[in-house]
Amino acid sequence: MRPFAYERATSAEDALRRHAEGAAYLGGGTNLVDLMRLGVELPSRLVDVTHLPYDQIQLDPNGGLLIGAAVSNSDLAADRTVREGHPVLAQAVLAGASGQIRNVATVGGNLLQRTRCSYFQDAAKPCNKRNPGSGCPAIEGEHHNLAILGHSEACVATHPSDMAVALAALDASVHVRGHAGERVVPIEDFYRLPGDAPERDTTLEPGDLVTAVEVPPLGMPSRYRKVRERASFAFALVSIAVALRVDGGVVRDVRLALGGVAHKPWRARRAEEALRGNPVTEEFFLRAAEAELEAAEPLRDNAYKVTLARNLIVRTLAELGEGT
Amino acid sequence: MTDRLESREKVTGEARYAVEYPVEGVAYAAAVQATVGRGEITSVGTEEALRLPGVLAVLSCENAPELRESGDAELALFQSRTVSYRGQFVAAVVAETLDTAREAARLVRVEYASEPPDVELRADHPGLYKPEKVNPVFPSDTAQGDADEAFAKSAVRVEATYTTPAEHNNPMEPHATLAQWHDDGTLTLYDSNQGASGVQKTIAGVLGLEPSQVRVVSPHVGGGFGSKGAPRPNVLVAALGARATGRPVKFAVPRQQMFATTGYRTPTIQRIRLGADEDGHLDAITHEVVEQTSVLQEFGEQTAVPTRMMYKAPHRRTSHRLVRLNVPTPSWMRAPGETPGMFALESAMDELAVAAGIDPIELRVRNDTGHEPESGLPFSSRNLVACLREGAARFGWAARDPRPGVRRMGRKLLGTGVASSTYPAYMRPSEATARAEPDGTFTVRVAAADIGTGARTALTLIAAEALKVELGRVRVEVGDSRFPKAPVAGGSMGTSSWGAAVVRACEGLRGKLNGSVPPEGLEASADTTDELKGRDRYARHAFGAQFADVEVDADTGEVRVRRMLGIFAAGRIVNPKTARSQLIGGMTMGIGMALHEESVMDAEFGDFLNRDLAQYHVPACADVRDIEADWVEESDPHLNPMGTKGIGEIGIVGAAAAIANAVHHATGVRVRDLPITPPRLLPRL
Repeated sequence: MRPFAYERATSAEDALRRHAEGAAYLGGGTNLVDLMRLGVELPSRLVDVTHLPYDQIQLDPNGGLLIGAAVSNSDLAADRTVREGHPVLAQAVLAGASGQIRNVATVGGNLLQRTRCSYFQDAAKPCNKRNPGSGCPAIEGEHHNLAILGHSEACVATHPSDMAVALAALDASVHVRGHAGERVVPIEDFYRLPGDAPERDTTLEPGDLVTAVEVPPLGMPSRYRKVRERASFAFALVSIAVALRVDGGVVRDVRLALGGVAHKPWRARRAEEALRGNPVTEEFFLRAAEAELEAAEPLRDNAYKVTLARNLIVRTLAELGEGT
Repeated sequence: MTDRLESREKVTGEARYAVEYPVEGVAYAAAVQATVGRGEITSVGTEEALRLPGVLAVLSCENAPELRESGDAELALFQSRTVSYRGQFVAAVVAETLDTAREAARLVRVEYASEPPDVELRADHPGLYKPEKVNPVFPSDTAQGDADEAFAKSAVRVEATYTTPAEHNNPMEPHATLAQWHDDGTLTLYDSNQGASGVQKTIAGVLGLEPSQVRVVSPHVGGGFGSKGAPRPNVLVAALGARATGRPVKFAVPRQQMFATTGYRTPTIQRIRLGADEDGHLDAITHEVVEQTSVLQEFGEQTAVPTRMMYKAPHRRTSHRLVRLNVPTPSWMRAPGETPGMFALESAMDELAVAAGIDPIELRVRNDTGHEPESGLPFSSRNLVACLREGAARFGWAARDPRPGVRRMGRKLLGTGVASSTYPAYMRPSEATARAEPDGTFTVRVAAADIGTGARTALTLIAAEALKVELGRVRVEVGDSRFPKAPVAGGSMGTSSWGAAVVRACEGLRGKLNGSVPPEGLEASADTTDELKGRDRYARHAFGAQFADVEVDADTGEVRVRRMLGIFAAGRIVNPKTARSQLIGGMTMGIGMALHEESVMDAEFGDFLNRDLAQYHVPACADVRDIEADWVEESDPHLNPMGTKGIGEIGIVGAAAAIANAVHHATGVRVRDLPITPPRLLPRL
């Protein structure tokens, strides 16, 4: 591992001041430190932000949440208000990683974890995300678990987070502290598609510090379902976060996001539109799924993901619809 | 039911593993892997690495000492400029700290003249050839009668091609060595391996030393599954690094580097044809195998060998074809041969049962045999049918509806499957000593290896029984090349081979004991070489029956194993507690083989892409819900003094076929290419 400086930030201002060129913020380190060992990330300085006062989950009177960026994944998933008011979020967090990892991984770090594409994780191979302009061997190579939506000729990586998929469905926004002050970024604008700059996962500027995630009240049943080869401790092939409000057999409100299909958590707005105001039947669920997946451009070996995403949309909506 | 004797040491962290030995002045090694799949090293730039404070030495083909040839070309470390496969060790750094060594390794600039590697195993690869033998000494091909004609005339026929991917052993403890040279030119290796005697002999040979000049210490080993059956280049990285720096050197292979440098199971392409009459009696069996080896070294997995002894049929043929690719040399992984071969054969038997409309257990019973079909030798004991019957009763097989794809629980499709299991009961000569101590205790020594199997405990039970004393008075010491020479912990032959020598040494000691023990103690030794030569000729094999109950999610193609039952006939079981763990461990690995494990070779770059346990999936606890292993009593007088057949490997054999057969029963879809993942299964549901 390349030698690096380790510093502990005492405040957000202090963190920003210490975050010079080549520095990285350190949360739980469950992804960053692995990537440093692999020579994929080579920060000259780590600024530890886990001791900043962002370790609380605040519930507002309407049922909205403000989740500190340093809250551990375990604490988030175990929080009673989260489990009761936003079960999809608790389920998504619990679907990720292992108990040991969730104990140290933070909310901020979870948002910012990097793709698990094999080529990205091997410093000896080309990868446009790791080394812009070097090429993307995944397009012709091993890509059975890479993107079917929104990818580009430069990158077909997927975002690995489960939590972020739930947050996308929940219309969450990210509180960011930057050199120009504080701002609140809707999660759909926080993540980006690869385009011709896949080295950038998010719209964050250098030095920007994630301080919290704001989740508006939900008030309808929700669910997270993750499909994977083994029963635990694996990244999603495809996952889905759904919230559904039904009244008189008709969809009144719906939120739907997919994981494992794109460079970002994929908010399925076309499907939502196709569902809203329509009857709660498998026929309409299928129509909605197809509306969303029309845009899918599967690679040579991942067309199964289109089927999988379609089935997941239909099935999860049906299961959620049954309970209402 | 005896607890593992060293369990307290292990759970308290007191048990020492290879790189945990405290030595003065230790330094650390890190290895550099080739970043091309085929080519020549044109230069090794070490300047930047050597400039890093704390770097002691950089070793490569440009400065490494000359090594003697061994039978294993993978051990010719830094002896050539030729790169045979991507990931091969091409240089190593020794430094004051591990982090410095790894950073320096990153800074070594190796330049290559490279060519595109040839890494893709195909059934029509022009380089396929017939090896002279397959592992360890089986003929490549066998034939009896006219299998083609018999198959063509058969009333019921199955013809299918099955494939298994490359799989990696992935023991918990990586391959690891601490090498320390002494002033008298001798070398001590604290090493993680499956046999101290073998490592001693091989490494001494490579370094031009007498075996007596190398001591290998390995009392505790964190798993191997075959990959530590012979020394790997890591031993030489440590030994050469220590010699170059005059310091003891530790080298534990990082998980990512294990995928190229510590062995794996070859991928296989297997074409099977079964021809039977309407009652399911086999008339023809052919099993043709295509698999890979490396350009460096031949290793031919004996994949079709179990088909030579499993079921009777007058017309039969087996063959193995290899191709030399720019890949790491494949090697032993738990039940080499039987594991992939029985996946194919037992899947085909299930297909035959469906085609003939015969219950799959009944089909196997009808084709059972008392003589090994190809050799004609009688079986020393063969209780396959007893295992199938006992398993069927306990699994509730009688109530099974054979129709595929008709059981549903919500959106889950349910099914059950069965497969036979087998593994040879090998033995090799071993030595051992037994000592009576003046304090009334006994010390038994043998250079055996306990790689987590419970071997130490089993040998202690065997010694106590032979000495006719209680367990607490016997101490068995293993894992040191100074102890009497012993064969490898492999081929499921450890307990049988070492145990026989232990029994003979203990019997010899009892013959010498008459009353009091002198102050210097009393010792007897044994060597079973002659005893094994004099054995009667029998076909000696363990057998078993594997049952699986699976659910398949109709929307996602996810397969989960709801229940597994394995019933085995493996001679006498020395210690039920650790034996059950071995069998369950094997069956769990079979779940991995069926559903998860697959090392993906990158066609462009020529290396395995999934190089850690996040990407190479083995079963998690949540994948192993209800698993049970048991055995039928089997008393076989033709084996060894203990009556044991070995249990380390049979647990995995047939497990994947039982699961794949259950998936077919659940869904009506026959997946012939492992592992059975949603990407493979969902498009066919």
